[in-house]
Amino acid sequence: MVEARSVHKAYGRLEVLKGIDMTVQRGEVLCLIGPSGSGKSTFLRCINHLEKIDGGELSVDGELVGYRQVGNRLHELKDREVCGKRSEIGMVFQRFNLFPHMSVLDNITSGPVWVKRAPSGPSKERARQLLDRVGLADKVAAYPNQLSGGQQQRVAIARALAMDPKLMLFDEPTSALDPELVGDVLDVMRSLADEGMTMIVVTHEIGFAREVGDTVVFMDGGVVVEQGDPTEVLTSPKHERTQAFLAKVL
Amino acid sequence: MTEPPAPGHPPATVATGPSADPSTMKIVPVRHPWRWVASAVILVIVAMLVNTLLFSHVVRGQTREGRFQWGVVGHYLFAPSVLRGIVVTLELTVIAMVAGVVIGIILAVMRLSPNRLLSGSAWVYIWFFRGTPVLVQLFFWYVGISYLYPHLTFGASIALPHYTVHLPFWQGLWTVNSTTLVTSFLAGALGLSLNEGAYMSEIVRAGIISVDDGQTEAAASLGMTKGLTMRRIVLPQAMRVIIPPTGNETISMLKTTSLVSTIAVVELFQATQNISNTNYEIVPLLLVASLWYLFFTSVLTVGQYYVERYYARGSTRALPPTPFQQLRASLTHVRVRPQPALAEVPWVAPHE
Repeated sequence: MVEARSVHKAYGRLEVLKGIDMTVQRGEVLCLIGPSGSGKSTFLRCINHLEKIDGGELSVDGELVGYRQVGNRLHELKDREVCGKRSEIGMVFQRFNLFPHMSVLDNITSGPVWVKRAPSGPSKERARQLLDRVGLADKVAAYPNQLSGGQQQRVAIARALAMDPKLMLFDEPTSALDPELVGDVLDVMRSLADEGMTMIVVTHEIGFAREVGDTVVFMDGGVVVEQGDPTEVLTSPKHERTQAFLAKVL
Repeated sequence: MTEPPAPGHPPATVATGPSADPSTMKIVPVRHPWRWVASAVILVIVAMLVNTLLFSHVVRGQTREGRFQWGVVGHYLFAPSVLRGIVVTLELTVIAMVAGVVIGIILAVMRLSPNRLLSGSAWVYIWFFRGTPVLVQLFFWYVGISYLYPHLTFGASIALPHYTVHLPFWQGLWTVNSTTLVTSFLAGALGLSLNEGAYMSEIVRAGIISVDDGQTEAAASLGMTKGLTMRRIVLPQAMRVIIPPTGNETISMLKTTSLVSTIAVVELFQATQNISNTNYEIVPLLLVASLWYLFFTSVLTVGQYYVERYYARGSTRALPPTPFQQLRASLTHVRVRPQPALAEVPWVAPHE
């Protein structure tokens, strides 16, 4: 589903990604862990072209991200084409980023109705189902500011799911939440994983990574230090850096 | 922890002892004597003001008459020519503000564009129109245009050494005399609009910048194009920041329209001037104009309040009371409870 080969990214002189290689299979749940500043979030944002990569190759579902290959040349995609690609990838942000001027229902139908031009009736019905699924059926008419962080994040997941994405990206979805609200969000993510959704999750929830992840990738300083089966990487890490990180986090 | 009474002092009275119940005691509020003094001073000033406005008289020539001649004011307040002037003033205000907002949004988006040519040209526009007095601009549109371009030609023609290439699709170009096209009203509307656009663009730009980047990213992640994101996500949120200064600009514009009296537009101020030029009742007619300006700025102030409430949707849990509610509350001395942000949305506890 996602194929990264030697992906590089720099902000000015600061190299954030120094050659990332990664493969995510369809239906796989990959958890990205590592200290802050290690490039996890940046890599995630490259996958739906919120950031442009400076070198290497990154493809989703067999198609290059942000470019079209014609013979020997790479043509940059137009805004509209990039948007088309993004609409197939769901993303959940650390700070939720719900649209505060719209009700919960309108937040969820905004993608289908405005981007896919789906009829509004069925989209609303679908939105209600998704809200029910994340346990917030009674919050249809509420505004984001009237919800707790945990509720907002679940609405954000429902908003992303409304686009029927083939891949879901989670950027530290529980980092801005009160500890007691983390569980509800993780439950929703777990059920998504059980249904076979392909997911890439940047997280500090080591327990979630161990339990739900099919693969755990430990990144540090813009490179992948270690990756593999969660139990292996998390319980008997081979690299010193991984050991030191886990010793601090666990 | 009760301290033993200091030697030589009588034991504390029962009322201050720990056994007394504070909930049954009488509360003595703090006195504010200076507030009474200030109130008295203001009351005296108000009384003097009312007296001089309504009851004082003055001898002019041979006659003794009311100082402010309210009778004359009342006589001309609804004079047909004054009412016609009001219509022109309101027309100019609406045209200039609508055009100003449209120009402002376009310029603001241009200035925020990564394209240097776009942002640069928007900058030059703002630099020019903010950098010259609006009065000078008005004269420019009125007399300058017909002086510089006596005949305005619509469509383009390119003069080559031997031919003139006419670009529009019909044969003859539409040429008009500038003075017939650019009437004084049009010059006024044009001048005010273009000038207002420069100011509005900065207000709109401030609004756009105030919206969190996360909103644009979230919209992008759903596949929204830049235009759609601007229209549906960024601008509606920017409105909260844009509305208050725009209300300010509208009120300011209502009064700035009086400047077009200098280029022969008969708006409210010029209408009253025309009357006083014939009957020499200068001050009463200034009062007529002032009362009307005050009336319309008051209407705009209240209107702005309700527009602000509308765009505060979802941003606050409780909205401030409306001016009407405030008035009712101050009359009945009952505190108005904050309302839920939207009538149909019940307040929801912030925690699950």
